[in-house]
Amino acid sequence: MNLNLTLFGQMITFALFVWFTKRFVWPVLIKAINDREAKIADGLAAAERGHHELDLSQERAKELLHEAKAKAIDVVDQAHKQATHILEEARAEARTLAERMAQLAEEEIVQAKHAAKMALQQELGMMVVKGAERILKQNITSDINDRMISDLIAEVGVSE
Amino acid sequence: MSSEALDTTQYVHHHLTNLPWTHAFLQKKLGDFGVINLDSLIVSFILGSVILLLFYFLARRATSGVPSKLQNFVEILFEFIQKQVKETFHGNNPLIAPLALTIFVWILLMNLMDLIPIDLFPMLLKTAGVPYWRMVPTTDLNVTFAMSLTVFFLILYYSVKEKGAVGFAKELLMHPFPYVWMAPINLPLSIIHELAKPVSLALRLFGNLFSGEVIFILIALFPIWWLQWILGFPWAIFHILIIGIQAFIFTILTIVYLSLAHESH
Repeated sequence: MNLNLTLFGQMITFALFVWFTKRFVWPVLIKAINDREAKIADGLAAAERGHHELDLSQERAKELLHEAKAKAIDVVDQAHKQATHILEEARAEARTLAERMAQLAEEEIVQAKHAAKMALQQELGMMVVKGAERILKQNITSDINDRMISDLIAEVGVSE
Repeated sequence: MSSEALDTTQYVHHHLTNLPWTHAFLQKKLGDFGVINLDSLIVSFILGSVILLLFYFLARRATSGVPSKLQNFVEILFEFIQKQVKETFHGNNPLIAPLALTIFVWILLMNLMDLIPIDLFPMLLKTAGVPYWRMVPTTDLNVTFAMSLTVFFLILYYSVKEKGAVGFAKELLMHPFPYVWMAPINLPLSIIHELAKPVSLALRLFGNLFSGEVIFILIALFPIWWLQWILGFPWAIFHILIIGIQAFIFTILTIVYLSLAHESH
């Protein structure tokens, strides 16, 4: 319970312990701690940067996608327009062609009609001449006359 | 009855007696002061050496990468001390943190010896022929005063070093009353103020641990085993708290006192 020489022994021990800690223990472990702290801080900063970059690239990807979509819509639109245009052109061409063909056909018909008329008139004329020839060759009775005329009519009717 | 009372007294006395060692020459020159408490010296030295060697080997294998569990645990302790020093001590002195760490772990370990059953080591060593053995060094005033006086000398050293002899003398003479003519009153007040630091540090630690020890001894005197358990167990749990708190208070006050030594008022 009393103070005695132990006091000095303890003081020497204490001083030695403090010296030992200061010389061999404290700086080494604190350095390890600080180094790790720096490492962790660096790692966290890198992770933050990575996150930021990811965000940026995601945004860019979104933008690109958006642009591409718009472009695709444009392309489809244009194609539609072109298709319509081509269709219209083809339709117009077909119509003119059809009109021309119809016109040609009409003209042909008119010509054919004309030709037929002409041929008919010629034939009629020839038949009249023939009939007249026959009449002139035979005695004409009323009977014969009737027959001839009906023949003639029949002929004309047939040829018509 | 009287023999039983004597036994009890002897038991308590036995538990509160250090293992003495002395030399005829020391005894003649210094009287009672010439004694050395071997148990205090041995236990405290073993405890301090073990923990510091553990720290030393950990420090040698310390990595700034992923730490081992033990390194991690010790690092928590180091960072705890470093935080306390950083918060309290604003100067730049590489001694403060290692000093605080040494004080904290050493006192903590010495206090922890209080939780070992009080009869265990004295009885074991008695069979080996050792008559007395006190297992808790911090219940010896010599141990607590050794630390507080060392801290006191550091306070004086850094006060003079940081403020200069004149600055320190001025502080002693001009506080707490800032008038020159009050210096004769200021000086004794300042001296008491300074001396109170080591005395309070040492006595606080000693008082807490000594009283705890005495209560453990008294509990051990109860003749019924389950009563010992009922009283001893809560007291031990409560004591765990005291052990840590006393180590912490000594450490923090050391930092504060040394911080004051570095700052002029």
